[in-house]
Amino acid sequence: MDAIDRALINRLQDGIAVTRRPFRAVAAELGISEQQVVDRLQALVDSGLLSRFGPLYNAERLGGAVTLAAIAVPEDRYEDVAELVNAYPEVAHNYAREHPLNMWFVVSTERPDRLQQVLEDIRHRSGLEVYDMPRQREYYIGLRFEL
Amino acid sequence: MDVTEKDRRLIAELQRGLPLVRRPYAALGAAVGMAESEVLRRLGRLKETGVIRRFGVIVRHHELGYRANAMMVWAVPEGQVDSLGQEIAGEPDVTLCYRRHAAPPRWPYNLYCMIHGRDREAVLARGRQLAASHHLDRWPHRVLFSGRRFKQRGAWYMPGPADSNGRGEEG
Repeated sequence: MDAIDRALINRLQDGIAVTRRPFRAVAAELGISEQQVVDRLQALVDSGLLSRFGPLYNAERLGGAVTLAAIAVPEDRYEDVAELVNAYPEVAHNYAREHPLNMWFVVSTERPDRLQQVLEDIRHRSGLEVYDMPRQREYYIGLRFEL
Repeated sequence: MDVTEKDRRLIAELQRGLPLVRRPYAALGAAVGMAESEVLRRLGRLKETGVIRRFGVIVRHHELGYRANAMMVWAVPEGQVDSLGQEIAGEPDVTLCYRRHAAPPRWPYNLYCMIHGRDREAVLARGRQLAASHHLDRWPHRVLFSGRRFKQRGAWYMPGPADSNGRGEEG
């Protein structure tokens, strides 16, 4: 990754317009060709530094549901419970955190009614309480990483 | 707004991202049997109505060196959450800021902010500074650093165009 790659990633995290040739303006800004933008993006995706170039959705507006959930998992069961939770395709990501509630994961479902089913299912199968902390309001969702 | 069957076909096809070519919407259209102009019109409308927040790169922040991630939470009186949330949202280094339902008594916290950084001590120092400047630590609070990452699904999940509805992700 060189300085141009970093500038490209910084620039493209802000999003670009949906136009016929979306990379043309960015290429001009960075002083490289449109084809080079495309090739660099492909190389960054291939190397695993970018997950993709594409849309970021608002799940609720798309008709789905999302929540943040947490479980207090006994240490000796941690691996097993992580495996159980992660097996759900509805679980987007799962982090260990330093707190008695030590497993935190995001659940997103296509249909709103499926969300509670997943949480209930995890409760039932793990025998552990699953805390449900749905979002009420967002104040900032910029999530941007300056390189 | 209504998300139509044709929109959903596009959304499903976009799961792994746009084709990386100079005219990605033409390539996307070719894959689903739509003209480039129709793809642009449909995606433009999804963006205008807020179903799509933005088109851009989705980074793998761990891989890019952002390994320290602190979730800071406070239990703030209901009437003050929104004003404090809006204040914190304007701070540099805050990557996400939300209000969430509390789950008392074990989890009384309702105001969340995330700080991502390369170094744990620096993130912690920034968090302390943020809390001090907004007098946040008069309320019950915690800082939860992330440990192991067990799963991160990069792509949007959608079984297929025939399946109705879609869903999202958040950091």
